[in-house]
Amino acid sequence: MNSSQWTTRADNRALRLARAATALGTRLTGKLVATDAIDVLLDAVLEPGDRVCLEGNNQKQADFLAQALVRVDPQRIHHLHMVQSVLALPEHLDIFENGVASRLDFSFSGPQGARLAKLVSAGRIEIGAIHTYLELFARYFVDLTPKVALVAAHAADAQGNLYTGPNTEDTPAIVEATAFSGGIVIAQVNELVDGTTTTLPRIDIPADWIGFVVKAPRPNFIEPLFTRDPAQISEIQVLMAMMAIKGIYGEYGVQRLNHGIGFDTAAIELLLPTYGESLGLKGKIGKHWALNPHPALIPAIEAGWVESIHSFGSELGMEEYIRARSDVFFTGPDGSLRSNRAFCQAAGHYACDMFIGSTLQIDLDGNSSTATLGRIAGFGGAPNMGADARGRRHASEAWLKAGREARAGRSGAAGTPRGQKLVVQMVETFREHMQPAFVDRLDAWTLQEQAGMALPPIMIYGDDVSHILTEEGIANLLMCRSDAEREQAIRGVAGYTAVGLGRDKRAVENLRDRGVIRRPQDLGIDPRQATRNLLAARSMRDLVRASGGLYQPPRRFRNW
Amino acid sequence: MSDIPAGLETLDFSFSGGRPVGAFPPVLVGVVGSGNLEVMLEASAGDGCAVRVETSARGFGPIWQAVADDFFARHPIGGVRISINDMGATPAVVSLRLDQAVAELPQGAPS
Repeated sequence: MNSSQWTTRADNRALRLARAATALGTRLTGKLVATDAIDVLLDAVLEPGDRVCLEGNNQKQADFLAQALVRVDPQRIHHLHMVQSVLALPEHLDIFENGVASRLDFSFSGPQGARLAKLVSAGRIEIGAIHTYLELFARYFVDLTPKVALVAAHAADAQGNLYTGPNTEDTPAIVEATAFSGGIVIAQVNELVDGTTTTLPRIDIPADWIGFVVKAPRPNFIEPLFTRDPAQISEIQVLMAMMAIKGIYGEYGVQRLNHGIGFDTAAIELLLPTYGESLGLKGKIGKHWALNPHPALIPAIEAGWVESIHSFGSELGMEEYIRARSDVFFTGPDGSLRSNRAFCQAAGHYACDMFIGSTLQIDLDGNSSTATLGRIAGFGGAPNMGADARGRRHASEAWLKAGREARAGRSGAAGTPRGQKLVVQMVETFREHMQPAFVDRLDAWTLQEQAGMALPPIMIYGDDVSHILTEEGIANLLMCRSDAEREQAIRGVAGYTAVGLGRDKRAVENLRDRGVIRRPQDLGIDPRQATRNLLAARSMRDLVRASGGLYQPPRRFRNW
Repeated sequence: MSDIPAGLETLDFSFSGGRPVGAFPPVLVGVVGSGNLEVMLEASAGDGCAVRVETSARGFGPIWQAVADDFFARHPIGGVRISINDMGATPAVVSLRLDQAVAELPQGAPS
């Protein structure tokens, strides 16, 4: 057998690198490509049909490289297969409109969801699958390995070492999959250092994994996605947060957890040092977090509640605060945050006892989804956070208690002792404009028909949900023993929605007697006590004050 | 708001058989603002409990009926006129404001 047949990937990489060197000439110095030669570089490196990972996640964007990719000649480079976490920028879809790319595998398309749905129905995009982040990263190492990766970092040195800064996010997973499989990594950076008179604060990605570095004319875009202004938290959200803390966190002794992105969970974060303290729960709940650096957690951190936080990404404005609280956050020798989406997703899935977050729709089986008609959005990390980790084997108090509740009275395989993750869906029964959160049928089913998907896009499956929390009460689905019981438990907290009004009142009262449904008064909570005065911070300014001036919110969150 | 027709809707509900509250100075809680409401309780002759709702969100009569029914079940009060100015509050906020208003009644109301 000819041995050269076993090195086609390496040979192809060498060919592409040589092509780039020839095309760039003096505009290539080591691995450094002149900014104005980016089009030449992409033209030389890319081949039709390449699988390309364009770093776009929910915060950091390789925006300069995305713009350059839109400009390549579709006569020469076409049928690219894009694999990327998030479709956030218009350019991410422009490349499908202009014929450069044709196939897409991704996780989340929040801002571009409506346009994506149109392009799919017009036959301009073929979607491979919609993944969770962790699932997509996993496939980078199996059958969706990128041939070319276009990534973003904060700075590079003359050798091509990269400093990602606090927003490391997806970069290590993407680069590792590409660099060790004969692929080529191209990094855009905000700054260049020479490595002698100026050096990188730390090295996040070593130079020999990198093919080319190009300085972008503007710093890469970062979205402050996890900043919630406490001024917008309502009394009802305070009430629900009180119920969560007393009825779930305290009840199960939840020490390791992940929070969703919304105002509901921001309210919980802001109630820990006030209401949580008054319940004597400090030290008993909320010590370890898989969480982005939420500004709303500052008061709890300052009050000594939090021992550790590992983060998927960073959050704009939190840099100096994180640096000054290195006992809590994962930081490098330079003092700045090191985030890592892949590791944090794994942490949230395997090492957390609870996920609590919100959704747009919940059905009578407890299935929930944020998918809405006319949009193809995906769910990012939520399905991994909000799912029982079937491979988990280590025990904790909260996990064991949830497992006991789910298995009590069952026999055989269903009764074999094991723990279970707490997966809490926290919703007001009506969203704004009186849209009911509880529905007989998820929009996901119609979306499946419209888009020809193999499955309805359900974010969190009902059999993974342990609790549904609304302003009316907490439904403990772990304790339900039949579909009919589960349905009444859900109706019993669905308030004045059609689903809630359709309850069997006797069955619901029976569930309440058994503790499957618990009302605020059953928890010893008077809704009239739920005022915004309980929030440890009631404004962005309060958060800044709580941080000792270290937190510097982006301008749009400042009104002073 | 596309699914909510513009213009105010007025709804009236009445209940009887409640415990008379007696004379009391008017009680006002809440504010008229988006997603919020104002609730005023006034003493009235007789033992009835009359509820008048002026709401910017049309078409939710059955939900208001259910919210009012549950309110009266929680607080069976009589000799009271309840006026509600609503700017699209959710039922949860409406119930909370009603409970807050009743808590302001002299010597505590039946609850």
